[in-house]
Amino acid sequence: MKKTWKALMSFALIAAMVFGLSACGSKGGDEGTADAGEAGKVLNIWCWNDEFQTRFNDYYPEVAEVAEDGSTTTLKDGTVVNWIIEPNEGNNYQTKLDEALLSQESADTDSKVDMFLVEADYARKYTNSDATMNVADLPGVLDATADQYDYTKEVVSDADGNVKGVSWQACPGLIAYRRSIAKEVLGTDDPEAVQEALADWDKFAETAQKMSDAGYKMLSGYDDTFRPFYNNDAAPFVEDGKTLNIDKNIMDWVAMTKDYTDKGWNNKTSLWSAEWAADQGKDAKVFCIPACTWEIDFTLTGNADPDGTQDPAQSAWGDYAVCVGPVSWCWGGTWITAATGTDNADLIADIMIKMTTDADILNKIATEKGDFVNSKSVIADLAANYEGNSFLGGQNHYALLSDSAAGLSLKIASAYDQGVIEKMQNAMKDYFDGNVDLDGAKANFETSIKEIYPEIETVNWPE
Amino acid sequence: MAKKSKPEIKQVSYAKWGYIFIAPFFIAFLIFQLIPLAQTIYYSFFEYYRSGLTIIGPNPVGFDNYKALFDSDFLKYAGNTIILWLAGFIPQIVISLILAAWFTDVRLKIRGKQFFKVVIYMPNLIMASAFAMLFFALFSENGPVNASLVSMGILDKPFRFLASVSGTRGLVALMNFLMWFGNTTILLMAAVMGINPALFEAAELDGCSPRQTFFRITLPMIRPILVYVLITSMIGGLQMFDVPQILTNGKGSPDRTVTTLIMFLNNHLYSKNYGMAGAISVILFIICAILCLLVYFNLNPTEDDKKIRKRDRFKPRKEALNG
Repeated sequence: MKKTWKALMSFALIAAMVFGLSACGSKGGDEGTADAGEAGKVLNIWCWNDEFQTRFNDYYPEVAEVAEDGSTTTLKDGTVVNWIIEPNEGNNYQTKLDEALLSQESADTDSKVDMFLVEADYARKYTNSDATMNVADLPGVLDATADQYDYTKEVVSDADGNVKGVSWQACPGLIAYRRSIAKEVLGTDDPEAVQEALADWDKFAETAQKMSDAGYKMLSGYDDTFRPFYNNDAAPFVEDGKTLNIDKNIMDWVAMTKDYTDKGWNNKTSLWSAEWAADQGKDAKVFCIPACTWEIDFTLTGNADPDGTQDPAQSAWGDYAVCVGPVSWCWGGTWITAATGTDNADLIADIMIKMTTDADILNKIATEKGDFVNSKSVIADLAANYEGNSFLGGQNHYALLSDSAAGLSLKIASAYDQGVIEKMQNAMKDYFDGNVDLDGAKANFETSIKEIYPEIETVNWPE
Repeated sequence: MAKKSKPEIKQVSYAKWGYIFIAPFFIAFLIFQLIPLAQTIYYSFFEYYRSGLTIIGPNPVGFDNYKALFDSDFLKYAGNTIILWLAGFIPQIVISLILAAWFTDVRLKIRGKQFFKVVIYMPNLIMASAFAMLFFALFSENGPVNASLVSMGILDKPFRFLASVSGTRGLVALMNFLMWFGNTTILLMAAVMGINPALFEAAELDGCSPRQTFFRITLPMIRPILVYVLITSMIGGLQMFDVPQILTNGKGSPDRTVTTLIMFLNNHLYSKNYGMAGAISVILFIICAILCLLVYFNLNPTEDDKKIRKRDRFKPRKEALNG
């Protein structure tokens, strides 16, 4: 018995060793074939989710083959696109990306960062540094972007006005609501009538009371209304790199959310949590969610229709509609930037032009993915001619949002926003939950902000 | 002639091969432990972090990092760590002692001992982070635990475990308890089985009750192992990280009451603040070193200690004779 056991163990060990060796061998082999090709045949793209990846794989005309596990995409000319996806939360993406960018110079051509995506919350960190290439240095890109919304260039411009990135989307904020609940409580699901009921924060509260009386929650959680307030801040959080100024708008959000929580008007969830996602489903009793155009495809569709049936009887598909809501706002967007030191500048220029300015591709992204694409003419065309989004019950949300998109601004974006926003929402959650008083939550916020940004010396709260 | 040369060769070759055989350890130790350790201590006296893509420092700042550490909530996190550890350790040691006593009791004749030993050890085999993810899903607001508690009528509405201080701390303690009580039980069983059976027989003949046997014989005899378990668990408790980190998604919430010392260290390390992180590490290192020394002196009693212990051991016998 013992002998067989021993024999088995040794076999297992030998198998493990041989397997390990062969694994190494095959890896080496792969690298070998990659090296055998021309230099610069690998394009490394850093991103934090598959939003751009799916659009690229679906719409970029040069795509030949997508690896089964999705980790690479092969182009028609044999270039391998490597997707390096790092989760965003807790500055994780930034930290990992910084690591890679700091060793950019010493990295060999095929492992250099060629292209990376940034979002508004930290775009300035990279666009104000040498890590990103000036778009003007990429052949043809700047000329092609004339039709894009101004704010999408403003955020990724450095101090001298050089544009450092491009985006395929503009992101006007909206309120997505459940048609069935609107009909039951407000008597109508017409976006204009619902907009009347949500025209400002006072009316929003009145409607919330009605929802509460009818057994519904107005909102799912605490963080849903954060962006509409934050986007209308008067000044960036951090301007001199040392002081963090909290805008009065943020405190208004705190006061409102606390009030809603105490009155039972929300479901006490946090952004991206499983409960939050469930609150967007068919059986949820939550009326609305302040969302952004990219959330329609990226978040709402999946949460409202987890099985992908697109069937109104089995999911909340078609039961959503959107209106502008109390304030005009936007939530970031995703920008494509070229990393300094890349050896694939021409390819990147082509990707930027095709994915962010090509009218046909943008039109497809808009009609198939519901993105509010970054082209004034395409949007104008869609506003007039689009037959409606079936997820939104046939609503043409481009017609609704095309006016507000022109006036969007992200002037208040600073390099610190991701950390500040996450820590603020996290610290205030304790206050909403009743675990600490407001001063305690403020103190916790200050502690955690100094942990992630040691250079922040003082935090100023509004009077 | 031959006799003379042989021992010479032997000596040389032994020494050489000896050094070669122990070299890998020392090289690995030097590269992966000693140098980083020295660096950690060194950088704890510097301002050294990353702001965006710029590296600030290293600028020597003396003891500023340590001062900043004690000015901040360091003691609160130390308190959190101790509370979380005790809340897991106390039930763990009690249950383990009871189980060890039952499993080793010859008169109880428990069936399937081997089976139970495997079962109670099982939770230790699961990766802590996977275990924490599991608990996160089980105890979430819409999770199965809340669903069954509500449907059984114990609760009116779901209890938000992770939004309450005692709920979150309780879950961390429960996980640590479940993961480690099997391990402790097996250690204590080994200790109990190491006691001379004659002692138990004598106790039985003298009419000891099971309780008396446990408190007067078992417990004093396994004291060294108990101390070992206590101190290793304390060191493990000080380094508690993965369970609370994963359960609270790195936030240590609510109100930072589940932030342990290592999570605090991780927060600083995450923003590449090597100075502050170094200072925390040095303090933790000192605490752990003291605990290790305690174990060492407990397991290697000096001559004086041995004499005292022998005397102690004879005491009960004398009393018994007198009685």
